[in-house]
Amino acid sequence: MPANDTELAGNVDDAGRMLDVVAKSHPQDSARLHVTGAATYIDDIREPAGTLHLACGHAPVARGELRGVDLAAVRAAPCVVAVLTAADVPGQNMIAQAFADEPLLAEGRVLFHGQPVFAVVAETREAARRAARLATFDVVQETPILTIDDALAAGTRVLPDYDFVHGDATSALSTAPRTLSSQLMIGGQEHFYLEGMIGMAIPGEGGTMTVYSSTQDPTEVQHITARILGVPEASVMVETRRLGGGFGGKESQACQWAALAALAARATGRPCKMRLDRDDDFAATGKRHDFRADWQVGFDDAGRLLAYDVALNARCGCSVDLSVGVVDRAMFHAGNCYYLPDATIRSRRLKTDTVSNTAFRGFGGPQGILAIERVLDAVAHATGRDPLDVRKDNLFSPGRDVTPYGMKVDDTSVLRDIVDELEATSNYRARRADITAFNAENGILRRGIALAPLQFGISFTLAHMNQAGALVNVYQDGSVLLNHGGTEMGQGLFVKVAQVVAEEFGIPLEAVRPTATSTAMVPNASPTAASAGSDLNGMAARVAAAKIKARMVPVASAHWDVAPESIAFARGRVSSGNKSMTFGELASLARKSQVSLSATGHYKTPGITWDRDKRTGKPFYYFAFGAACAEVKIDTLTGEMKVERVDILHDVGSSLNPAIDIGQIEGGFVQGMGWLTTEELVFDAKGRLATHAPSTYKIPVASDVPADFRVALTNRPNSADTIYRSKGVGEPPLVLATSVFSAITDALHSLRPGAQVPLHAPATPERILMAAESLRS
Amino acid sequence: MRSSVRFIRRGRIVELSAAEARMTLLDWLRLRDAAVGTKEGCAEGDCGACTVILARMKQGRVVHEPVNACILLAGQADGAEVLTVEDLSPTGAVHHPVQDAMLRLHGSQCGFCTPGIVMSLAAMHQDAPRPVSRQAVCDQLAGNLCRCTGYRPIVEAALEACAAPQPEVPAARGVALTALRDEAAIFAGNDAAFFAAPRREAELFDLLARYPDALVVAGATDAGLWLTKALIAAPRVIWLARVEGLDRIERTRTALSIGATATVADAARELGSLAPDLAEVIRRFGSTQVRASATVGGNIANASPIGDLAPCLIALGATLELAAGNATRTLPLEDFFVAYKKQDRRPGEIVRRISVPLPDVAMQFRAFKITKRMDEDISAVLGAFAFQVDGRRIASARVAFGGMAGIPARARTTEQRLLGLDLDAPPTWPPLLDCLAAEFKPLSDHRASAEYRSLVARNLLHKALLEIAGAPLSSTRIVTHVEAAHAGE
Repeated sequence: MPANDTELAGNVDDAGRMLDVVAKSHPQDSARLHVTGAATYIDDIREPAGTLHLACGHAPVARGELRGVDLAAVRAAPCVVAVLTAADVPGQNMIAQAFADEPLLAEGRVLFHGQPVFAVVAETREAARRAARLATFDVVQETPILTIDDALAAGTRVLPDYDFVHGDATSALSTAPRTLSSQLMIGGQEHFYLEGMIGMAIPGEGGTMTVYSSTQDPTEVQHITARILGVPEASVMVETRRLGGGFGGKESQACQWAALAALAARATGRPCKMRLDRDDDFAATGKRHDFRADWQVGFDDAGRLLAYDVALNARCGCSVDLSVGVVDRAMFHAGNCYYLPDATIRSRRLKTDTVSNTAFRGFGGPQGILAIERVLDAVAHATGRDPLDVRKDNLFSPGRDVTPYGMKVDDTSVLRDIVDELEATSNYRARRADITAFNAENGILRRGIALAPLQFGISFTLAHMNQAGALVNVYQDGSVLLNHGGTEMGQGLFVKVAQVVAEEFGIPLEAVRPTATSTAMVPNASPTAASAGSDLNGMAARVAAAKIKARMVPVASAHWDVAPESIAFARGRVSSGNKSMTFGELASLARKSQVSLSATGHYKTPGITWDRDKRTGKPFYYFAFGAACAEVKIDTLTGEMKVERVDILHDVGSSLNPAIDIGQIEGGFVQGMGWLTTEELVFDAKGRLATHAPSTYKIPVASDVPADFRVALTNRPNSADTIYRSKGVGEPPLVLATSVFSAITDALHSLRPGAQVPLHAPATPERILMAAESLRS
Repeated sequence: MRSSVRFIRRGRIVELSAAEARMTLLDWLRLRDAAVGTKEGCAEGDCGACTVILARMKQGRVVHEPVNACILLAGQADGAEVLTVEDLSPTGAVHHPVQDAMLRLHGSQCGFCTPGIVMSLAAMHQDAPRPVSRQAVCDQLAGNLCRCTGYRPIVEAALEACAAPQPEVPAARGVALTALRDEAAIFAGNDAAFFAAPRREAELFDLLARYPDALVVAGATDAGLWLTKALIAAPRVIWLARVEGLDRIERTRTALSIGATATVADAARELGSLAPDLAEVIRRFGSTQVRASATVGGNIANASPIGDLAPCLIALGATLELAAGNATRTLPLEDFFVAYKKQDRRPGEIVRRISVPLPDVAMQFRAFKITKRMDEDISAVLGAFAFQVDGRRIASARVAFGGMAGIPARARTTEQRLLGLDLDAPPTWPPLLDCLAAEFKPLSDHRASAEYRSLVARNLLHKALLEIAGAPLSSTRIVTHVEAAHAGE
């Protein structure tokens, strides 16, 4: 058995019925295809004859007036069929969702270094890439605004500032027995989905377009493509079978490449494919927002928090993109799981001449949480108490359970129990003593440990997005086709939703075939994001399956002349008393009885009432909880760091699929660890991204993951009525990696107990060494 | 003379034209062979999604090496069998032990990196001596990025699959590879565009004289990026790997001599035997895939200021042999590097061999590779130190750094100041350490700031002295698995 146990005691549904398919570990729906290399990604689809390929010409400066581009040499290059600019867009040259602030191809102004300015369409991808480099740009270059400091100095914003004011933090700070203040720099993060951005478009008759897109949001790709082409949305069909990773990067930002392919297909009348080279993908697609958190905290001598004032300065880049929601989520999570009697949570959405930052797993939440975790460490260091004790003393508890945005937290005992259990199972206290003794020897190497709790709100904070649709077809042999608006990007959504449908029909998982997400099958879907994929699509699919089942029951009831209530669906059979037939036999019988075996299901999350302008209501259906204990060792001569052990206890409610959930927890944690340690985005003075490929941008490799990595699930039912009482798991575990950052902070703190540790994220060897130097001096 | 490149693919001999031979192997597989299981993730040899296995005869046995197909020219597969993920399960059913373990232990999520990971592990499953350790698995996977799983299930799948005994190599593979072998030079194409692989040095010099503008590649782990990223036009390609004797590794009583085209993988054992820290630097050199293709000579000849071998070999007192026609000359390795990307190499001249004197027992060698990420990362700074210790004092010192200047360079002033240093008097060291920090004026770039580089260089010397003075590695290093090797010094 692997270290991280994926078998749980059998779960039951709300009616107390044992579950057959749900709550068990099943492989990701395509796992067999993955390991044999047979899973088809968009670039693997056999190209129709005559397929052309695109490559973009990218802006060579970060900011300036674009007077023109000399494309003569591009057009004359071998195998070039067409060169497209903003002037060739038949509809609107606009890819922005709501704020009309980012064009498909640059027009008039350059917004960032690497912005697509034109697209070459050629017989081969190589020919397109070569030709794209032959343009001469006529740009009047201007001094770019690149950093958070630049933008604050220049006062540039993509959106107005927005605050939560809870109580009176200013006066509470002035009366607090003790205060601290500082800044924390929090780096951005490149998604580094292994499959780069790609879209393929095949023109059809009468102005229609079929688009294959590696996107988390086929509906948005359809919407934007129709807008670019100037055609009705019904003329554009978008299909997504699987993504080679998304992580938020392919939520809004997949649209541009699919739309470019469609534009070229319209212009040439031939199938067109746009696949970005990795370097171009780095340069031209957005990343996690980097932040500077300016914080002040008031507390008492025991380290109990009294007041918190934080300004979350977020670098949004050149356009709004998803920065409304991202920075709002940072604000919602600015208190994590801690009670703040008086708090002011400020946000500044800074406009810079850089690529527009976008969704990334956690969607701002991790940045808000990292800031307050730093504050908790600073308070612990100032009071001389163990950081775990300070954290525990500040957790939400009955009566101290309202967030700065006014939502009451009902399940405060869940997290408290998690922290207590993890404290025990990780052997935190004994290891703390051991580490203190080790560090007392005053050597080169220092060890650190931290146990970090997490509370993460689940739901789209834009209320209307909390909906999903599904389509279920039962065929006469009893096989079932499943389709829903959610996309499969590796997170295991397809298998989880298939489990729900199989459970509903009482058939084996193998009888349910998940199919490619398609705007033609399920329209008007929300993006697969916000950790809500299985909550939303699982419910919608269950609604659809239940409708069909409700139609099948009378067929069996009439056939056997028994009461409908006596009929049961289980293990591939339908039975009543001693009468029984296979599910397929009943399906066949239903068809002969002229009963429809196809149904759609729709679901909307109940009770989401957040009003952004009034700052009132409930933005989340529920919270997911978790905690991680990380131990690290650092070298104070070089800044090198090694994570020695990690223990995680995480709350997924009643797990739909423990193996998939553990995979999300481990993968999310390691991705978060990368964000906070080795993954560093460096822009040069001209605004060019210097870390533009895996050779220079370092995501974790196998050896970065501790050999001692223990992950467990709480398996405690969600108090909210979610699908089989499960909880979303996509994003929250990433934030557990704050434990690594705090553990490094802890190790550094041993150099000068009582001092604030001047460590910023990511904690690269350089940052660790410089912090150590500063503490020693 | 042979006019095409030949390799074995799915039981058949494939013959490539000059144009095909100059494609990357990945493009050939995906665009010409419809083998789309192999993926492109980065096109620069860093992510491993394109990993395929080249099976070759080496010293009478078949070896299976994972390589990055994205930066390997298809012509470089000459003489090999090219194995891709499809070949592990020709019927479509999962039956290879690595695939089976990956499936059962949930080793894939989005699946895009999976074929490359499966191929890296399949190579290990076939060739790695048992038992296979977790460390060995992590080393094997250093060049395979996965963004979804966090690697834990992949590492466990590898350990489980490799818990079984090493499988026999299919006899037919060795037979076919042996039959494919020939002694011919390759010249595919014509004067204007060709892929050439000379068999003798004389033929090589002749080609270099006739086509001075040709792209000369050995492993192509650097030059491959000129093709995939810089998009250079390279109609004429000369591949060095078939030149007889140019890859020979010889050990005499006084020196280890390594032919320029010996791959880092093939040279690893002999080089590593010189000093545990050199073995550790090589363990962290690129990745398994990169080491299988990259050559020792290439790492020297491209004169990168951040190549890992040069500072180590300079500290060890290596010399370089250059040849042009019948003329050869030998120079200390450090003298080869003149200025940033400029070497003392004359037109028509090639790097032929690197000779490293065998360290005597009194020599203490330390090397530290400082990177943002521990494995598969390019050095911000690499410090290499070779000391002779007489009693408790330093009797001679060679100190070399990568990443501190435009070239790999010795710290000659510091070397002088080190002479006579008392290992038992650490309070006397700081002026010396400051001297080192003042000796270089490094640059700031995306890997590290100048300030950090200077500080780390100083601290590495400090660390080397502490270790040589007797500090146990467990007190000076966070990665301790080299401790056993050092203990045997």
